Amino acid sequence: MTQAHNGKADGRHVGQRMRRKEDPPLIQGRGNYVDDIALPGSLHAAFVRSPEAHARITSIDASAALARDGVDGVFTGNDVDLESGLPLAWVPPGIEVQAPEHWPLVKEVVKHVGDPVAVVIGTDKYAVVDAAEDVIVDYDPLPVVTDPEAALEGGDLVHPDIGTNKVHEWSLGGDVESALAASEVVIERRFVNHRIAGAPIEPRAVIADYRAGDLTVWSSTQIPNFLRLFLAIQLGMTEDRIRVIAPDVGGGFGSKLQIYGEEILLAWCSRKLGRPVKWVETRSENMMASHHGRDQVAYVKMGAARDGTFKALHVRIIADLGAYSLFLGPLIPSLGAFVMPGCYRWDAVRTDITGVFTNKTGTDAIRGAGRPEATHYIEIMVDQMAAELGIDRLELRRKNFIPKEEFPYDTPVGMTYDSGDYQGTLAKLLEHIDPEQERGRTAEGKLRGIGFSTWTEICGLAPSRATGPSTLGVQAGLWESALVRVQVTGSVTVYTGTSPHGQGLETSFAQIVADRLGVDPQQVRVMHGDTSQGPQGLGTYGSRSLAVGGEAIARATEKVVEKAHAIVAHKLEAAPEDIELREGKFSVKGSPDKGMTLAEVAGLAYIPEGNLPDAMEAGLEETAFYDPDNFTWPFGAHAAVVEVDPETGKVDVVRYVAVDDCGTPINPNLIDGQIHGGVVHAIGQALFEQVAYDEDGQLLTGSFVSYALPSAAEVPSFETARTVTPSPVNSLGVKGIGEGGTIAASAAVTNAVIDALRPAGVDFINMPLTPMRVWEALQEKGGAPA
Amino acid sequence: MADAVRVSVTVNGQPRAAEVEPRLLLVHFLRDTLGLTGTHVGCDTSNCGACTVHLDGVSVKSCTILAVQADGAEVRTIEGMAKGTDLHPLQEGFWAEHGLQCGYCTPGMIMAAADLLERNPDPSEDEIREGLAGNLCRCTGYHNVVKAVQHAAQLQRRGEVPEPEVSKTGQETAQELAAKGVGA
Repeated sequence: MTQAHNGKADGRHVGQRMRRKEDPPLIQGRGNYVDDIALPGSLHAAFVRSPEAHARITSIDASAALARDGVDGVFTGNDVDLESGLPLAWVPPGIEVQAPEHWPLVKEVVKHVGDPVAVVIGTDKYAVVDAAEDVIVDYDPLPVVTDPEAALEGGDLVHPDIGTNKVHEWSLGGDVESALAASEVVIERRFVNHRIAGAPIEPRAVIADYRAGDLTVWSSTQIPNFLRLFLAIQLGMTEDRIRVIAPDVGGGFGSKLQIYGEEILLAWCSRKLGRPVKWVETRSENMMASHHGRDQVAYVKMGAARDGTFKALHVRIIADLGAYSLFLGPLIPSLGAFVMPGCYRWDAVRTDITGVFTNKTGTDAIRGAGRPEATHYIEIMVDQMAAELGIDRLELRRKNFIPKEEFPYDTPVGMTYDSGDYQGTLAKLLEHIDPEQERGRTAEGKLRGIGFSTWTEICGLAPSRATGPSTLGVQAGLWESALVRVQVTGSVTVYTGTSPHGQGLETSFAQIVADRLGVDPQQVRVMHGDTSQGPQGLGTYGSRSLAVGGEAIARATEKVVEKAHAIVAHKLEAAPEDIELREGKFSVKGSPDKGMTLAEVAGLAYIPEGNLPDAMEAGLEETAFYDPDNFTWPFGAHAAVVEVDPETGKVDVVRYVAVDDCGTPINPNLIDGQIHGGVVHAIGQALFEQVAYDEDGQLLTGSFVSYALPSAAEVPSFETARTVTPSPVNSLGVKGIGEGGTIAASAAVTNAVIDALRPAGVDFINMPLTPMRVWEALQEKGGAPA
Repeated sequence: MADAVRVSVTVNGQPRAAEVEPRLLLVHFLRDTLGLTGTHVGCDTSNCGACTVHLDGVSVKSCTILAVQADGAEVRTIEGMAKGTDLHPLQEGFWAEHGLQCGYCTPGMIMAAADLLERNPDPSEDEIREGLAGNLCRCTGYHNVVKAVQHAAQLQRRGEVPEPEVSKTGQETAQELAAKGVGA
């Protein structure tokens, strides 16, 4: 890999807290989300969904629905002819992963509450909902499987044709048994990392418009190019006839990193009926039909020497994948295995994963995707070990941190951490928070606890050589692309294959490009989310957009710069290597008065008149595809301070300090914003949020009434700080920060609650730390200490 | 469908009328009948607040009100907040303080905050947090939403809305983009 781009940036905008270019339309109600788009002649769709968790469909009577005014069609599973079902994109070599048939509409047997059974298409969006209520479906109930551990022990099956509820087994790591045997102290804990929802405030929405052989699909998705590919495969079309547009997308958090049946089905319906068809998910549908995340049971063993030296970590995960193997669902726990060593040195680390089918909605990536779970286990185990050994929990961390001199560091699970300074982030954290002082602030009648989480994670997805079909088994390269186009007037349009949906990448990408071309970021327009524009790309997830997509943009821009240098050198009769960017002009070194602006260079490039060097093509635009050499590994140290009311069990997060290191900062506002939102996502999981099913597989949290998203009143303001340890992997030195807050925070909050409860005798507790659970834990120990 | 009824409202100062189904929600009247798509729908239980508008000067969740209930009323939506090219102090505050990410909850958040500042021009952080507890945001963690409201409160008390600090061309971009209806 070349590192030729280093040090060329002018540096005026990178690193600045620039206001977002995205915001003006959004703050004025002039955004353009899928539901804001109305095509002439459009039909509306409503779904009939299963109220049963597991049942055979014995009959479907749509006659009353079809008899209604304005209903154009009702389709069921057997009406829909597709070339293939919904995809699983992970095929690990040598490992069997069960992938049961999964169609946009169920053909015979529903497998979870919310499984779609029929779609009603009509002219009015209220009328199709009425008509859907008129579709009479008879079900013959089948045994329901909800407990993932019991499901592995035999008994009733989610998919009898497969013959087992086990989806797959996958392991990473070495001989942890010997290392545990050689440990003087071994502790073991059972964790339940419960199921949560992505819950973007914009539910999903799709419009499909098939006309004369060409299909356009607007979808609230994080992956427009993947969606185009699977539309082509499933509809039997070619990609050149399909255009997918992700316009403004109202949040994703992984829940829109999916190929959803509704997306495919609406396209099929539009082709069938010859008219555009629109569907907007309700929140109630979102809670039952958009994929969930987490939902692991983990048995964790940790071994250490009596002096606190870490020896071994063995994590056995049972992952509840719900009823189907979704797009990346079975892969998600493995992302946790890659970070299981955390920030520490070990003799051996091993993760053994067993995926399980249950009669619930499928699980897949939700913000952090496997890494929040892993970090939760590691960081709580470190605190548990500290208590076991009687060693201060921060001292124990410092003792075992990988020293910064040892980077790049090869971990015992075969990954190479790019760069890090874990002592540095923890030291900086302690400049902001003094644990003893905090403890002294305990309010009358309350229990106060301070919890820490020192984290690292894997992002910058992904080096194809590490994740592709012959290695990890992802059936795609995860490179990213960019096209940088200078127009004749000197304005710049950048096309990225990433698909931002709130991250602010239009701004950070413009900052990167502007500095390299000597223009104002306002002159740089960033285009994304339309497969008909720019080169193909892979989308936005896994904190990859800056580290992979941004680097692709930097490289395409450098190609433009190189051509600009050649044009200027030719015009000014100098050598290209003597051209530099200085105060917005490409000038000859030592002669700053002789220079050309980007607009002047573009003028020559597009109206050459013999002014270009021999054999140089006209125009000023370049494309780059970037496939990184390694992942990037951001890290940080977080502290949560909680207050527990022992009378009610209610937990308040009263203070939260986050020190993070995501490499070279491009726009600190955006970094802070990602941390704030990420931390609250994890506070939500730790204290409030849980997707719950009863033992009959009925969803108990089917709306925002019962699924408790944190509001402004339930969380504090945050204190954030940074250290800067550039990544050597890319020329920007960036790592990625979209998920770090979420990855860090559930452990910090849980450790804080345990710290608060420890004087009362509670030394371990699983999330969600609802008032009831905390109160019950206290009662078991005889109530709060006097 | 039940017989249509006539609904007449004043929306952002403009008289608007239409024949609608009696069961039509105000939010769908605004979005689908009048084409004012700045008001969003994020749930079906009146929890998220993305649909917040002002009805006769008071913030309401427009998914919980029938269009017919608004007959004869004054409605103000996010589209009515800026005065020509001048952003409302809350719009300025949300932009300046990075108070939005995906932007989907933002119109409702701004309308709820405007009502809050109307009743309490100098709210404490706790008062802002309590006042916006009916508006959910999944992106920002609320930290910068609180700062945005404080920013706006300060501007309103001073009776001014300054030019953006970082880039003076931002305001022009805003108008240009808005005029084209181009999304981010």
